[in-house]
Amino acid sequence: MSAPAALPRWVDLVLLPALNLALALAITALLVLLTGGEPGAALRALAVGSVGSTDAIGYTLYYATNMAFTGLAVAVAFQAGLFNIGAEGQAYLGGLGVALVALNLEGLPPVLLLAMAIAGGAAFGAAWAAIPGWLQARRGSHIVITTIMFNFLAASLMVYLIVNVLIAPGSMSPETRRFAEAASLPSLSVLGFAPSVPVNLALILALVAALGVWLLVWRTPWGYGLRVVGQSPDVARYAGIDEGRVIIAAMALSGALAAGVAVNELLGAQHKLLLGFTGGYGFTGIAVALMGRNHPAGVLLAALLFGALTQGGAEMAFEVPDVPSEIVVLIQGLVILFTGALGTMLRPVLARVLAPARA
Amino acid sequence: MGAPAGPPPAIELRGIDKRFGAVHANHAIDLVVRRGHIHGIVGENGAGKSTLMAILHGFYQADAGTILVNGDEARIRDSRDAIRLGIEMVHQHFMLVERFTVLENVMLGAEGGALLARGAARARAELRRLGAQYGLGVDPDALVEDLPVGAQQRVEILKALYRGAEVLILDEPTGVLTPQEADDLFRVLRALRDQGRTVLLITHKLREIMAITDRVSVMRTGQMVAHRDTATTTPAELGELMIGRRLAAPAPLPPMPRGPVLLEARGLSVRDPAGVERVKDADLVLRGGEILGIAGVAGNGQGELLEALTGIRRPVAGEIRFAGETVFPGPGFDAAGLRRRGLGHVPEDRLRSGLLRQDSAAASAILGYQNDPRWRRGGLLSPAAMAAHAAGLMRDFDVRPPEPALRSALFSGGNQQKLILGREIERDPKVLLVGQPTRGVDIGGINAIHQRLLAHRAAGRAVLVVSVEIEEILALSDRILVMCDGRIMGELTAAEANERELGLMMAGVTPDEAA
Amino acid sequence: MTEALDILLPVLGATLRLATPLLLAALAGLFSERAGIVDVGLEGKMLVGAFAAAATAAVTGDVLPGVLAAVAASCLLGMVHAYGCITLRGSQVVSGMAINIIASGLTATLALAWFGMGGQTPALPAAARFLPLDLPGADALADVPVLGRIYASLIGGQTMLVYLALLLVPVSAFVLARTRFGLRLRAAGEHPAAVDTAGVSVARLRYAGVLIASVLCGIAGAYVATAQGAGFQRDMIAGRGYIALAAMILGGWRPGRILLTCLLFGLLDAVAIRLQGAVLPGIGAFPVQAIQALPYLLTVVLLAGFMGRAIPPRASGQPYVKER
Repeated sequence: MSAPAALPRWVDLVLLPALNLALALAITALLVLLTGGEPGAALRALAVGSVGSTDAIGYTLYYATNMAFTGLAVAVAFQAGLFNIGAEGQAYLGGLGVALVALNLEGLPPVLLLAMAIAGGAAFGAAWAAIPGWLQARRGSHIVITTIMFNFLAASLMVYLIVNVLIAPGSMSPETRRFAEAASLPSLSVLGFAPSVPVNLALILALVAALGVWLLVWRTPWGYGLRVVGQSPDVARYAGIDEGRVIIAAMALSGALAAGVAVNELLGAQHKLLLGFTGGYGFTGIAVALMGRNHPAGVLLAALLFGALTQGGAEMAFEVPDVPSEIVVLIQGLVILFTGALGTMLRPVLARVLAPARA
Repeated sequence: MGAPAGPPPAIELRGIDKRFGAVHANHAIDLVVRRGHIHGIVGENGAGKSTLMAILHGFYQADAGTILVNGDEARIRDSRDAIRLGIEMVHQHFMLVERFTVLENVMLGAEGGALLARGAARARAELRRLGAQYGLGVDPDALVEDLPVGAQQRVEILKALYRGAEVLILDEPTGVLTPQEADDLFRVLRALRDQGRTVLLITHKLREIMAITDRVSVMRTGQMVAHRDTATTTPAELGELMIGRRLAAPAPLPPMPRGPVLLEARGLSVRDPAGVERVKDADLVLRGGEILGIAGVAGNGQGELLEALTGIRRPVAGEIRFAGETVFPGPGFDAAGLRRRGLGHVPEDRLRSGLLRQDSAAASAILGYQNDPRWRRGGLLSPAAMAAHAAGLMRDFDVRPPEPALRSALFSGGNQQKLILGREIERDPKVLLVGQPTRGVDIGGINAIHQRLLAHRAAGRAVLVVSVEIEEILALSDRILVMCDGRIMGELTAAEANERELGLMMAGVTPDEAA
Repeated sequence: MTEALDILLPVLGATLRLATPLLLAALAGLFSERAGIVDVGLEGKMLVGAFAAAATAAVTGDVLPGVLAAVAASCLLGMVHAYGCITLRGSQVVSGMAINIIASGLTATLALAWFGMGGQTPALPAAARFLPLDLPGADALADVPVLGRIYASLIGGQTMLVYLALLLVPVSAFVLARTRFGLRLRAAGEHPAAVDTAGVSVARLRYAGVLIASVLCGIAGAYVATAQGAGFQRDMIAGRGYIALAAMILGGWRPGRILLTCLLFGLLDAVAIRLQGAVLPGIGAFPVQAIQALPYLLTVVLLAGFMGRAIPPRASGQPYVKER
């Protein structure tokens, strides 16, 4: 038995994630080089594109908002010992809740309408996540497989609803009519972003959600119970914590958080429900949560990083020919691989390097 | 040194040393095992016996030392090397694929060709022969998961013999067996010896050592402390060598007035998740000011009984009354509810369920009581209050090191147990249920824990102790219930109980039959 | 009769063609999971296989180098998965998801860098694709009523990989049930310590399981790009890897039942395609999504134990660690 090498906290929290990211970037740069591109130019375009101007920062924050929500969603489930791969579908269903409120309760005062739309999104996302939770808790189905299947079920359901039911009358493109002006989240132009930059109040909501998750999971008896379940179902049984209820509640919370993507996208940017608006953020959330060590503070930092990569990647695709924005997806995948699956690869090396310094 | 006459020993170990991190599991061990002997290795739980045998079988690598097989130095890097040298092991937890047939399990690793068909015919014939020779009959086409434990163990032995075992290591083989099955096993082992094979028997039960071995080696805290010919030693001497002090007859408990009935179970039946009835129609009464001991061979329903009494597992029949009120059947029968009523519980397997291994001692110290307002400030948990609480427990119960922020997993077994015991006793529960109070705890810790339990009794509270250690039961209990195969075989008072009678009842013999 | 055949034969032929990649990938998952390694990365390995096959076939103008490249690329990813899960004992599900996401980003990036056609590869000419094979005697039997047409366009008229996939079903069943390798592989997925103490390397068996899975995924990807399609498009596997996972679970981790499940899923897909745009009286446009969602729904229902019970290999998903 080789016990995991004990490393100082800062190594675990800062150095290892940084090294893992550097490794992912290095491999990506190598790939660009091998395909005849210029990694230096690509990296520069990436940096300038993500934080090089006020508007670039605005876009970065806008993407980061989505990733903070899905990252928090994955992290909360993970703290309860559940690997929620279904944030994508939960965000999608959240969009249905948001749209149903926004389209049907237009007469309400703006603040109330927005609150109801957000609540509707959260409720739909929570319900869609609670079903796999219930199936795991009461029927023993494996949450990983069930949430994968629920992503596809969500996609089928939403395609059907948008194309056949919710589509704006007379429209050719598969989307609903525009929401009323009252159902728009205020933009953050007060901070100096151009009105065209889609960053909006949902960013603040994401920060509040992160704080809320931290308080709930790390500072309440309920959250203590959630983490006990995550660490060991046997301990939970001994302590009289109802594992099933925790699983269902944790998944519901996770799904509600995932629905934040719908709030940011539909109420903040698109102002209508459209096909595929979730854009893979549910999966990016896995990378964000892993890199952020499943802790709200880490998730926010990781979301910022991946938001910057996404925005920078889009700009880079314009600036540097032959390097597409999808290269950011590759970086995300590599980060998941290094922090998640190969996470132990660097630990023994670091333990050896740092050992004399600590002795 | 003068070379002894005769053939070289089957196994000789010289200076075997093994560490797991800070734990020095084997300390320069020397051992000589003669061919055609049944050689016992005895020691308390955690003495290092299993590690030593795992090294001999190639499951672990020794840090230092040499192994000689038949007088030749041998390198055993993995199980394959051991098997090639004719060393086979029957593990405490069987190495059988439950969804395979007996035949498939026996063939695994010795298939006799790339296709199974040819080897299967040979294996079938060989199984029949071995079965007849050693009385090891098992249906080769039965699925292992359908076989009783005793039969599964026979499959393990058959597997070893099929692969050509010259030296057979058995690790605590009787822990899961009924007395009849244990007798059958001993018959098989004697037959193996008579055929010239060598048997290494690891156990912590002196009775088995005396009954079947030719020679015995004693281990204590990672060291080999003595070798004896079984014929020339006594259980008392071995026991003394094992624990490093003379076994004294337990002092009688100070008398206590009869308190009120605090916990009562009538006709209790409990099933495990697989639906097997583990506790059958059990009755018990527990009064204030007494310690009730529950003795029995591990796995005879004690664990399930404890889970039912603590609300972790719902019984399928019967009644439980707590402090005069019926709690089962009834609404809100669960672990949290019983805790609130004043029940403390130290679980049998503390590492699996008693604390949060990956979290701090402070977090483990509120496990089960996380809703207590004492460490809540405005509805939120206060890390400062939790740490202060843990520090207090550590001081009162002598938990070392007294660092609330330290990860729970990093404390030694005894200190973990003291932390759990502290957590459960600190609230002065009316009823305290304790499973295996001192499993894996060092001598000093054992004494401290026993004193705590006796103090709780002296305070007029009710204590129930489940233990597989007869000596512990005898040392702590006012009254003793013996469980066998899910039934309570009978009740003895501490005054009338002795090891022999307890042993018979644990083996399923009722007191009337024994008389 | 002929009218019924007119409708039936194309649907059944499509069923076979649509079931083939599912079958190859589901058998891939079978070998991996029977060895104890959960594989949610089927999708990603198929995707790199599809890209490698299309790219190589486009450059060489020949389909066989394409298949080899597909297998090689899939194996490369598979070995990363194996290293992470077996050697480093990382999380198998996390690694599988990483494989999928890496594959998605990597293929899109390479496709653009190498071919510059907006993330596609050039359309493949006939020589660089798998073409339907005409079985001998199809002409001679052409006049035999019913059977002649079935022989020519259902039994025959399929690409080589369809036959290969079907052949792999009994081969897989035989290997798992009747060979030394199969016995050990299954044991590694059920009780790895039993394998270890029998003197056999668990890691080697698990690597072998993942390797076989990778080869099959590579072929499945090549099929999608060079037999079903004629080139690579972004994310062209489109969830087939996950459906294969569902088929493996519904098939109870057994080759024969996996074949039936894949055929069922293929049939559902073929029917959905057939009914696309069809109008039902009283309902309106036929909700093909309902049929497409059926495999996922069935899997959820099975896993929930509402019909039968899905029992995975006991040790699958758990890294093998010698315990103290």
